[in-house]
Amino acid sequence: MEDDAPVIYGLEFQARALTAQAAETDAIRFLVGTQSLKFDNQIHIIDFDDENNIINKNVLLHQAGEIWHIGASPADKAVLTTCYNKTSDSRVVSCAAVWRMPSDWETGSHESPDDSAHNPQTLELLCHLDDGAHINTACVLWEPMGDGKRVISLADNHALLWDLQESSTQATVSNTATLEGKGQLKFTSGKWSPHHNCSQLATANDTAIRGWDLRTMSQIYCIENAHGQLVRDLDFNPNRQYYLASCGDDCKVKFWDVRNVQEPVKTLEEHSHWVWSVRYNHSHDQLVLTASSDSRLILSNMVSISSEPFGHLVDDEELSEGEENHHEDKGKEPLKDSVVSTYEEHEDSVYAAEWSSADPWLFASLSYDGRLVINRVPRALKYRILL
Amino acid sequence: MEGEADGLVQVSEDSGRPRRVHGMLKLYYGINKEGKAAEQAESLDPCDINGAHFDPELFLNKLRRECSLAELMDQETCMVKQIRSLDSDMQTLVYENYNKFISATDTIRKMKNDFKKMEDEMDCLSANMSAITEFSARISGTLQDQHAQITKLSGVHTLLRKLQFLFELPARLNKCLELQAYAQAVRSHRRARCVLQQYSHLPSFKGIQDDCHAIMDKLAQELRQKFRDGGSSAKDLSECVELLLQLDEPAEELCDKFLSHAQSRLESDLQGLEAEIRPYPFASAVKDASAPRLSSAAAAGSPTDNSPKMSTVPSPTSNTDILEFIDRGCNEFVSSLCLVIASYQELFINHAQTGELASKNIPQMANGKLQAFVGDLAARYFSLVERRIQEEKGVGDNSLLVRALDRFHRRLQAVAKLLPGSPVPNQGTEIVIRAATERVKQYLSALQSFYMDSLTDVRQALATPRLSVVSASGGGGGALLGGPASSRDASNSLPELLSSLSASILNQIKSVLASVHLFTAKDIAFSNKPYFKGEFCSQGVRESLVVSFIKFVCQSSRQFCESAGDKGGSTPPALLLLLSRLCLDYETSTISYILTLTDEQFLVQHHSPVTPVTTLCTEAREAAQKLLNHYVKVQGLIISQMLRKSVETRDWVNTIEPRNVRAVMKRVVEDTTSIDVQVGLLYEEGVRKAHSSDSSKRTFSVYSSSRQQARYAASYTPSAPMDTNLLSNIHKLFSERIDIFSSVEFNKVSVITGIIKISLKTFLECVRLRTFGRYGLQQIQVDCHYLQMYLWRFVSDENLVHFLLDEIVGSSAHRCLDPAPMEQSVIEVICERG
Repeated sequence: MEDDAPVIYGLEFQARALTAQAAETDAIRFLVGTQSLKFDNQIHIIDFDDENNIINKNVLLHQAGEIWHIGASPADKAVLTTCYNKTSDSRVVSCAAVWRMPSDWETGSHESPDDSAHNPQTLELLCHLDDGAHINTACVLWEPMGDGKRVISLADNHALLWDLQESSTQATVSNTATLEGKGQLKFTSGKWSPHHNCSQLATANDTAIRGWDLRTMSQIYCIENAHGQLVRDLDFNPNRQYYLASCGDDCKVKFWDVRNVQEPVKTLEEHSHWVWSVRYNHSHDQLVLTASSDSRLILSNMVSISSEPFGHLVDDEELSEGEENHHEDKGKEPLKDSVVSTYEEHEDSVYAAEWSSADPWLFASLSYDGRLVINRVPRALKYRILL
Repeated sequence: MEGEADGLVQVSEDSGRPRRVHGMLKLYYGINKEGKAAEQAESLDPCDINGAHFDPELFLNKLRRECSLAELMDQETCMVKQIRSLDSDMQTLVYENYNKFISATDTIRKMKNDFKKMEDEMDCLSANMSAITEFSARISGTLQDQHAQITKLSGVHTLLRKLQFLFELPARLNKCLELQAYAQAVRSHRRARCVLQQYSHLPSFKGIQDDCHAIMDKLAQELRQKFRDGGSSAKDLSECVELLLQLDEPAEELCDKFLSHAQSRLESDLQGLEAEIRPYPFASAVKDASAPRLSSAAAAGSPTDNSPKMSTVPSPTSNTDILEFIDRGCNEFVSSLCLVIASYQELFINHAQTGELASKNIPQMANGKLQAFVGDLAARYFSLVERRIQEEKGVGDNSLLVRALDRFHRRLQAVAKLLPGSPVPNQGTEIVIRAATERVKQYLSALQSFYMDSLTDVRQALATPRLSVVSASGGGGGALLGGPASSRDASNSLPELLSSLSASILNQIKSVLASVHLFTAKDIAFSNKPYFKGEFCSQGVRESLVVSFIKFVCQSSRQFCESAGDKGGSTPPALLLLLSRLCLDYETSTISYILTLTDEQFLVQHHSPVTPVTTLCTEAREAAQKLLNHYVKVQGLIISQMLRKSVETRDWVNTIEPRNVRAVMKRVVEDTTSIDVQVGLLYEEGVRKAHSSDSSKRTFSVYSSSRQQARYAASYTPSAPMDTNLLSNIHKLFSERIDIFSSVEFNKVSVITGIIKISLKTFLECVRLRTFGRYGLQQIQVDCHYLQMYLWRFVSDENLVHFLLDEIVGSSAHRCLDPAPMEQSVIEVICERG
């Protein structure tokens, strides 16, 4: 089984922000935000044609500033949020805003597919996530699987819960939580838990991971010194409500059971520099993707702490269907926790990696030099998980 | 001539010839050459005058054919001579024979004469004898009647005497009873018993029998009473038992009684022993409290003092030491037990085997009882001994324990001799084995705690001078590493600390081995047991002591990497470095030395598979590697933190024009220098890529003027944003991927390279997260130039530093709002001024 070669796409600018278009379930589509201080920044809409291994791109202008974080609405394909840096009067300010893609971006690109610079369309601003008091937004989180009406923004040491109204053109802060403590505390990253009716949030500041209850906006747990150094990213296991993955500057990826925060359930130490991003596969939570500034992307298979520790549970129907297959299965050794694959297509630090929302076996990674690489889970593993 | 004459003489003596020939051949060849073949050939030759197949005709012909006349003449003279000598010999023989014949004839004639006289005397004798026979017959005939009468009378007399004995028996028995002459009484009664039994139908005898029975019952009663009284000596007791047995007492009951009596005495011995170890919990508490103090005292002791530390802390409870205790146990309990066994066997087994009791299976029964009895008591004794041995927790003087165990074991051999089938000696051996293994365990833990204590000492030694210097120099500007001057001071002692640490550990191991070696000393009886010859040496000492300790060292070293946390706080980096070197030394020499020492001392014959040296070495090497990697990580982190703070806390957009190298960069260089010194104390230089003497100048100019300028130019031109990426990508294509937190080699250059890599990569990543103004960029340029000037000399490949600094400046140029780089000459001036 020959695995397909990775597909590489180069952006003109340096880039850090990558997301899958969450509301899109048919097309494999990623959004990339660029970072440039001198030129108009862009949002690249990357469509991947799985059958022909071809990338189609569309460019939208994001003139407000360089994009540090990007988030796609889970409900509306056209709506997204960005966190961007704005320079004014030799001051650099981080802002966040909700945007809408122009409705005809697709047609526009099809007319002149080879000329991306040809009159790129501009994003339509829906609203700023700015209450006047809190600046320096690190990231904006959409309510997972929600109706696209609620977002959380993390600004300095505040977590702000916004309600988007009137088709997202107006945003009001409905609730805030503040991180109290000594010194200048600052949220670096966060994740909205898809479990518990979306009432929980996990945030990272310095070396600590904190859990918040959004109904009371109070802290529910705290993992002090979760990592030896800065925690860079978090992700919730989509199938196991108490499991959380984190990564940081100590080159480690740790898996936590938030009910017992004394010790991580598991620790991976495969990267040789800071790990910037960790992502669970949306369907098969044993597959974990990590991106690091050692220019590598690592796909790990964490069977033992996944929701299917004994492999795919065979249904009765499938059993009767393939009695022989079943016997073969028994002969197979259960999969062990292991690194599935290390992807070395990047030349610079990889700051973001994302699974596709449409194809659970496909993921994209983005390095600072603007290289986007689309890879697939190796077929052998795919079939082992499925069969 | 003479030889041939000899040969001819022998013609007549057929029997002597072969031996002679044989002898001659033997003479010729030295000793036992087989002469058969030669002899055979000789005898078949018809021309051999001494041979059996000699043919005179042939011989003559041969002579005539082969020899000249002179030779023939010689031959003839020779032959005549030989014939003459043969003739004279024959004559002598004939004469001698004749003489002997004459003397024989004389003797025969004389004998004939003498015999005639003897015949006459014999006739006379026979006549006399017949006369005597006749007289004798006549006398016996006359005395017949009287003889019969006398016989009858004597019979009656005997009977009367017997009857008298019987009638007097009760009185006699009573008297015996009074005098306590039990033995005599029993003897008398035994003599009479059968008769009385036989004639018991006669009333008078019946009376006597009853009387006797009554008396004997009383006697038996008294005997039993005596038996029951504990006070009587063993000899008395055995006499009692003997008598009772003769009185047909049931043997089983007697056995039981005998044993129970013995048991009461033995139990008092046991209680005496138990009393010595009774307040057990209190004792252990006190001992535990005293143990750590002891070991730390040992640790503090000078490393040359390798004699086992005397830990004979007089335990307040059992004032006796273990040797005394065992002595007492042996002298009191074991010897009385042996006495009991001996007398019991004498009474019930050996004695019974000869007597009529043997038929009743008594020996078997008695033996069984004895075994159970001994087993029971021995078990209690053993449990006491074991409790006492367990109290021996101090790991000081092992010889006392070994001697005690030896005595314990030796004395049990007496039991083994007395009771051949008994499991007791084996149990004793097992106790000794258990004690030995327990001891080995204690030594292991003592070694481990010694090691940990040594490490604590090293830690203190590392901390103390540094602290004093820091406080003296007024804080030295930073708490993370301490001032570079102070850390240099501290590191001066690193090699000494290392050598003293490894020497003291080695000494401790040696002294422990010496202590443990006592178990297998030749004069210790149990050292002959197969366990002590084989398993104890290989599994016990080698595996559970030496190998376990080495593994522990590696393990604990690894724990320093893990438990110390990623903050790198708790373990001082110098300790990591020192331990890494220690593990490396272990890998290269110490492990094999220790194991060889062990194998030599204990003459280990490995029956079971043992951990090979290579495995341990690999483990040690891994530990060393891990420690060194961790050291690099921790040191890199310390510098990284400085760099990160310096980048994160500054407003790079609104900074002023750079006039100086920032202090933090100087600090970075200083720290790197001091780390370099520190590592250099323990590790070799290592190889670096060759570079010319003015390499800093050269790389420097390349670095900032040509290529960097080109890159800047590219990034400033708005028309070609792709070029930047292209250039840097092409550059990356040709440079190898840099693993930041990768394994380092065991040399200084590699270590420092690792630290610098980590620091600069952090610098790069931090720079990428910031936005710069014009002067911000220029400041970074100045800083990087300064770093370039000083850091290249530390690393194995200066291109690496070069590349990373390049990236930093490139990235900050990218992140710059107004990229206007500083003039290279200005940068140089600023740096050189700094």
